Amino acid sequence: MAGAGGGGCPAGGNDLQWCFSQVKGAVDEDVAEADVISTVEFSHSGDLLATGDKGGRVVIFQREQENKSRPHSRGEYNVYSTFQSHEPEFDYLKSLEIEEKINKIRWLPQQSAAHFLLSTNDKTIKLWKISERDKRAEGYNLKDEDGRLRDPFRITALRVPILKPMDLMVEASPRRIFANAHTYHINSISVNSDHETYLSADDLRINLWHLEITDRSFNIVDIKPANMEELTEVITAAEFHPHQCNVLVYSSSKGTIRLCDMRSSALCDRHSKFFEEPEDPSSRSFFSEIISSVSDVKFSHSGRYMMTRDYLSVKVWDLNMESRPVETHQVHEYLRSKLCSLYENDCIFDKFECCWNGSDRTVERVQYFKL
Amino acid sequence: MMLSKGLKRKREEEEEEEKEALAVDTWWLDPGHPAVAQAPPAVASSSLFDLSVLKLHHSLRQSEPDLRHLVLVVNTLRRIQASMAPTAALPPVPSPPTAPGIADNLLASSDAALSASMASLLEDLSHIEGLSQAPQPLVDEGPPGRPTGGAPPSLGALDLLGPATGCLLDDGLEGLFEDIDTSMYDSELWAPASEGHKSSPEDGPGKEEAPELDEAELDYLMDVLVGTQALERPPGPGR
Repeated sequence: MAGAGGGGCPAGGNDLQWCFSQVKGAVDEDVAEADVISTVEFSHSGDLLATGDKGGRVVIFQREQENKSRPHSRGEYNVYSTFQSHEPEFDYLKSLEIEEKINKIRWLPQQSAAHFLLSTNDKTIKLWKISERDKRAEGYNLKDEDGRLRDPFRITALRVPILKPMDLMVEASPRRIFANAHTYHINSISVNSDHETYLSADDLRINLWHLEITDRSFNIVDIKPANMEELTEVITAAEFHPHQCNVLVYSSSKGTIRLCDMRSSALCDRHSKFFEEPEDPSSRSFFSEIISSVSDVKFSHSGRYMMTRDYLSVKVWDLNMESRPVETHQVHEYLRSKLCSLYENDCIFDKFECCWNGSDRTVERVQYFKL
Repeated sequence: MMLSKGLKRKREEEEEEEKEALAVDTWWLDPGHPAVAQAPPAVASSSLFDLSVLKLHHSLRQSEPDLRHLVLVVNTLRRIQASMAPTAALPPVPSPPTAPGIADNLLASSDAALSASMASLLEDLSHIEGLSQAPQPLVDEGPPGRPTGGAPPSLGALDLLGPATGCLLDDGLEGLFEDIDTSMYDSELWAPASEGHKSSPEDGPGKEEAPELDEAELDYLMDVLVGTQALERPPGPGR
């Protein structure tokens, strides 16, 4: 598993400094398999950080309020809520166990006091509501303080319940369960800018859901060949455009990115734009395809650019230019001479994520801390 | 909003260290190595091919194989196969001075656990391949690289895996690997090594096969050792 390694590529100026602010969780070698973190996602404001682990749990951290006496200190994150999102399941039809490992978490834009997030394992997506409760109602008519029901015929007077403060309690409750729509393993979920729909992508298909409707979804991309013998490429990541609710992109194991417009047809098998950088003949090897496989794709906040992550580099693309990226950042170029060893021990198949910072000015990536 | 070019990181010091380590680990793929420089590309390709076949088998043995991993390995296999000469009869290769030393050290230092895991691995894979015949002398196989005929064992492997492969078999994935011919590797790989040591070369029809035999045996022994390790990922780095 890749260790945390901050990488900063400041676009303008070299005044960006990176350092560890906090380390959460066990730092020793004896970490239970179920505790291994499998995905991480900040909320839009950055006040909340959600982590998912192999045991199907979600832990949410909250940034503490900035202390006016220490204005320059970075806010620390403390545990806010923990809940079991997914449990292991067994598919009796195929005689397969479905892992509870959380593959992705995505926050919904906040529209009320409560927070909503989508979490997914290989097969099922769940919508969770995280809400705070700091008041308790007292003085019910039909039940005692300890909850026992009263006999209605014995009530002689009515009273209005009073809200009294209590210790803060954070509740997580499942609101929707979106299941049975994916034959293959879900690798991506992305909430649309319309705040009503979202997509889920597996190795061969992308489905469009409405957040209110759980019993059906629309298939919008299907790259499964009629004859599975012809399968040479799988979907690796997908994301909606941040502003145009009809536009989405998906990346492939061959290092290509396709942009689709849902207005053009119901099934977006034909892309509107096709992004691929021509292979450099001088660095061609048996492993060229593996290292070109895109593991993550993210639109910039402006929507003008997108960033892709492959094994050795991060590339920034201008959506108006399909022929090549506008920027390429080598993450760990020193690994290029060790590709054979990395192929032997399967490290070459590791997947990394990338993200933009708030102002779209720096590129952040995760890299191997040490091999 | 235009973004300026990113800065390339300089890692010259570490690159030299890594290259030295690479020379020990995978000398047969280091183009600077005297043995490899003299050896035909087929030697390096065939080692990689064996490794890829191992990975393919391992992937297919999963109850629900990772489709991305599978597709990438298959595509890599196809690339390697395409690059290998059609008649891949290995000409005599000058024996590299360091190779026997490395192999001997590896064999000598391999402890009981490694031997046991190798034995169980070979047993598992021989079940998959459905091989039950006695170990055959390599000489009878003909020139290495030539297919020994018969149905592609990759198809057989998938058949033997049975319903546990679930949705992939249902989707007809069994035909995916028909174009990859691994028959010439299967008997070679498993038959002699199942005895846990180098089999003594049988008297071949020609003397020119003897040094070739040693080289091929050494190659696949190395590959099996590497293949065993390839199936176990080292523990990930700490936070």
